[in-house]
Amino acid sequence: MGVVDWILGVLVRGMALGTPLLWGALGEIYAERAGVVNLGVEGMMILGAFFAFAAAQLTGHPGLGLLAAALIGGMAALLHAFVSVTLRANQFVSGLALSMLGLGLAGLLGRGWEGFPLSNPLPERSILPPLGALLAVAIWALLYHTRWGIILRTVGESPAAADAMGIDVALVRYLAVVFGGMLAGVAGGFLSVAYRPSWTEGMTGGIGWIVVALAIFASWDPLRAIGAALLFGTLFHLSFRLQAWIPPEPLQMMPFAFTILVLAIAARWGARAWRAPEALGLPYLRGER
Amino acid sequence: MRVGPSVRQLGPFRIEVGQPSGAWTLAVSAVAIFAAFIAAGGIFWAYGVNPIHAYAVIAHDVLVVPGAFPEIFRSTIPLLLTGVGLVLAFRAQFYNIGAEGQLLAGAVAATGVALFTPIRGPMTLPVMFAAGFVGGALWGLLPSLLKLRLNVNEVITTLMMNYIALYFVSWLVTGPWRGPSVRGFAYTDQFPLSAWLPLIPGTRIHWPTLVLGVVLAAGCAVLLARTRLGFAIRVQGENPEAARYVGINALRTTLLVMLLSGGAAGLAGVGEVAGVHHKLLDPNQVSLGYGYTAIIVAWLARGQALATLITATLFGLIYSSGDVMQVSLQMPFRVTSVFNGLILFFLIGSERLLAYRVRWAPRRAPADPPASAAAPHRPSGEEQWE
Repeated sequence: MGVVDWILGVLVRGMALGTPLLWGALGEIYAERAGVVNLGVEGMMILGAFFAFAAAQLTGHPGLGLLAAALIGGMAALLHAFVSVTLRANQFVSGLALSMLGLGLAGLLGRGWEGFPLSNPLPERSILPPLGALLAVAIWALLYHTRWGIILRTVGESPAAADAMGIDVALVRYLAVVFGGMLAGVAGGFLSVAYRPSWTEGMTGGIGWIVVALAIFASWDPLRAIGAALLFGTLFHLSFRLQAWIPPEPLQMMPFAFTILVLAIAARWGARAWRAPEALGLPYLRGER
Repeated sequence: MRVGPSVRQLGPFRIEVGQPSGAWTLAVSAVAIFAAFIAAGGIFWAYGVNPIHAYAVIAHDVLVVPGAFPEIFRSTIPLLLTGVGLVLAFRAQFYNIGAEGQLLAGAVAATGVALFTPIRGPMTLPVMFAAGFVGGALWGLLPSLLKLRLNVNEVITTLMMNYIALYFVSWLVTGPWRGPSVRGFAYTDQFPLSAWLPLIPGTRIHWPTLVLGVVLAAGCAVLLARTRLGFAIRVQGENPEAARYVGINALRTTLLVMLLSGGAAGLAGVGEVAGVHHKLLDPNQVSLGYGYTAIIVAWLARGQALATLITATLFGLIYSSGDVMQVSLQMPFRVTSVFNGLILFFLIGSERLLAYRVRWAPRRAPADPPASAAAPHRPSGEEQWE
């Protein structure tokens, strides 16, 4: 009985940390399904975390905080969309720039907000974890069972074909990237409003990169992202929980090592399930191959 | 005569498309950086600091205050070494984002030599540098093999390797390598004196590493311009198909490039632990994001190894400005990330402009036929608009 309780306790805590991972990964999956990699997750999340905290502190409503997080995440993603879709710059580098800028901006603006607990935090086991799972199902249904899903996936697989069908490739990509950024913002907001209701500079601490890894690990499938987020969240929680017996770092490395392993396995044995969107990372210009 | 799609008339200007010239590249880059500084000024203003005042303070405290100027080179050193390595990798179209991890691997290898081998005396530092080079090169090996053998995206794998290195270092300094004499703190014992790099008197510049960086930049410039390997790197980077036809071994070229690239970052790591800290400590203090900033250093150098001498100094200046802003303007050091992010955004955003060239090519008279038909008859600059 003790063991069962212990495992349940670990899973519940793993779910708490898995929640921002899931929200962020869903956003990344959504954007990548339209063919745009966004390595700016860390930047969008930290901006979301700060703006959520500031808005929640000022208004007293954690919900408004999350709304602010979604808005700032979307705005940050808009910058990435402009540079990588309209200006057709290298998506990977643009994302890195967004991460740097986000970390810098949040660090700058957040000065003076550090060290105060949030007066009215959201309980950790609030609506967000179940809502995340629901969102995963919704995005899965959207991708595979709606016309919009077909359009989005076509843009990610074969933008030229989408273009020939009369689809505005740039518009679809903009929408996907901005929506993905909004989810990343909420993921960051969850950290500062619910998970650790306070603001500290650099509080995302690399979670944004785990999100990028998670999107790949889950093979761009929103439903698999639920399990993957729970796994990565649990690993992170165990790294604290087992500190007395094992040092935390080997467990904290796991998500990163797993992702490399999965990429290698997928490439070696050509698992069809692990195929990336065909046009992922490639800018699209009509008439260019 | 019809105008091809590569020439367009816009008022009195003619816009041509083609290979960018050196001067035009320089001009676009300079404007991009200037624009980034203006945008950063806007952010300072929003933060509540007068941007003109801020830049004046920075210029004064970085360039005028005695003893401040050499500080620039403290961060120029690691940026130069990693930047040169990345130039090589980028030239071969290998997007090595893992310099941060490779730098840390080099620092770990050097620390291992300094603390856990009996090598003492004048041989200590050369062995540390050699070990650091090997450490960095090995850290870049797995992503290159995965890329070459299985075509796994190197951006993601090198990025993941950064975090593995980060946690590895923090495990070392909190666990097996924590110094018995430092009780409680998360770092190793201090290096023996023979493992300390000498400084230029009156400054904190560990000059052997700086010399190494300059030599490496010059060496890579020669390598790219004058050797077989350099030729292979350039051809493979510009046209992998052609490289295959002329019998260039992609596996060998990319592996060599990555070994050099990772090794150079490893050398930077040696410089940080042997020249600055004299111990291994928290990974975020060993490297202040040098591996990431070096990406911009290399990007701005546009594939020219020697240009990293300038671009690395520019970013050394930005790191120094970060210190100044922290002390004199009470802004957090993270402000350097704002500069880095903005500069990178403006650089890649202006990349499209490089292909275009604007020439002064006015029309003869308003009654002329449409410019699109008339313009190409006249060489540019032939006549003056009166």
